[in-house]
Amino acid sequence: MYDGIVQELIDELGRLPGIGPKSAQRIAFHILQTETFDVTHLAEVLMTVKEKVRFCDVCGNVTEQELCNICRDPRRSAATICVVEEAKDVVAIERTREFKGLYQVLGGAISPIDGIGPDDLRIRQLMQRLADGTVTEVIIATDPNLEGEATATYLSRMLMHLDLRVTRLASGLPVGGDLEYADEVTLGRAFEGRRLVEN
Amino acid sequence: MPLYRDEAVVLRTHKLGEADRIVTMLTREHGKVRAVAKGVRRTASKFGARLEPFMVADVQLYEGRSLDIITQAESVGSYGADITTDYGSYTAASAMVEAADKLTEAEASLQQYLLLVGALRSLARREHGASLTLDSYLLRALSIAGWAPSFNDCSVTGAPGPHSAFVVQLGGVVADAVAPPGAPRLDSNTLLLLSSLLTGDWAAADDADERTRSQASGVVAAYTQFHLDRGLRSLEHVDRRTTA
Repeated sequence: MYDGIVQELIDELGRLPGIGPKSAQRIAFHILQTETFDVTHLAEVLMTVKEKVRFCDVCGNVTEQELCNICRDPRRSAATICVVEEAKDVVAIERTREFKGLYQVLGGAISPIDGIGPDDLRIRQLMQRLADGTVTEVIIATDPNLEGEATATYLSRMLMHLDLRVTRLASGLPVGGDLEYADEVTLGRAFEGRRLVEN
Repeated sequence: MPLYRDEAVVLRTHKLGEADRIVTMLTREHGKVRAVAKGVRRTASKFGARLEPFMVADVQLYEGRSLDIITQAESVGSYGADITTDYGSYTAASAMVEAADKLTEAEASLQQYLLLVGALRSLARREHGASLTLDSYLLRALSIAGWAPSFNDCSVTGAPGPHSAFVVQLGGVVADAVAPPGAPRLDSNTLLLLSSLLTGDWAAADDADERTRSQASGVVAAYTQFHLDRGLRSLEHVDRRTTA
C-alpha cells in the first residue's frame, strides 16, 4: 500500500478493463515520472472525450456531433444496414473497404446471464429505421460467439416478417491458417457455408 | 498435481486482457473451476470455439496460483450451436448455467455435472419444450443441493397429501392446518406437472396444457429465486413464448 493520492491513482487505474494491480502500479509510476505537460494533455483529452463524444442519433456509433461521419456521408447506400455489437466493429468492417452501406450499433449482445435482454440494446431503433421501406438488406454482423449467435437468432426472428433480405456474415477458416488445426465447430461452419467455385 | 485433465461443461466466460478469457467450468471430478484460456478471442485461436458456454470439453489444465490455465481442449459435446439457433432454448440454457454456477463449489458433484450436461443435450436435441426442460432442471438441481421441494406430502408435518397450499419459504405444499393465511393454492394439474418435472416423468409433463405449464413455471421461478443467493438474473429474460 502506498500513501494517499498515489494509492488512489493505482486503485483508479486498476478499475480499467484489462488492467490488473501490477499494471496499474506500473502505469501510476510511469505517470509520476512523466513530464507535467504530457500528463496535463492526457487529463485534458480524457475530460474532452467525456464531454464531447456521444452516440450517433441514428446508428449508435460514437461521434462528436448529432450524426456520425458515416450517417452524414451522402455517398453511402441507405439501402443496406450492417448490424454490429460495438462501435469497434464498425472500425473493423470499415478497414475492409468492402461495405458501402450504413450501420446499426446495438451496444452489446443479448446475454441473460449478465442481465442484458433485447430491450437493453438498440433493437427498437433498428426496427424504426426499417419502417419506411428504404432498407432492402440487413447484414447481421454480430460476433461469431455464443451471445452474438443468439442475438443474430433473435434479430432474424424479428426481421423475418419484413420484406427485406436478411444475411449473416460467413463463418469459417481464418486466412493463413492450417486446416488440421481448425476446431470442429469452425470447420463445420466452413462446410455449411461453402460456396460454388465459378469457372 | 500441476497438470490435470478433466471433462467440463463451460458455464460462462469473462474477457481478460487483450485476447484472453476467464472460463468458469463445472468439471466432472474437480467441481467448479475458473481458468484462463489464453488467446481464445483471436480468430485464429485453436480452441476458442470449444470453450464457449454450453460446450462440453475434455480439458487439460495447469494449476496456477489463483487461476488455472487451460493448455488443451477437445470437444465432447458441442451443444452451443444447436441451442443458439432457438432463442427460447438459449435463454433457458443461460438460466441453467447461471443456476449451476450458483449451486456448485470447488467440491466435485458428479450428480450436478451429469444433470447439467443431460439438460443441455436435451435442449440441443429439442427433446422437450425448452421451458419445461429448464423447470425440470431447476427443480432437480435444487434437490441435489438439498432444497428438494415437496409437491404431495406436507413439507412441515409430513402429513400425506394431496395438499393445495404452496409456500415457497416452507419448502413446498403444506397441510391446511399449518398453511399461513392467504397462502397461494395450486390446482391438481399444476402439482402433477411439478411432480412430473421433479421425477422426470416426461410423458406426463409433455401432455400438460399451456396454462398449467405457465403456472408451474411461476412456481419454479419463485422457488428458485428464494433459495438462490441474490436469485438468477437470467430468469427474467427466459423467453417462454416459443419454448412450449
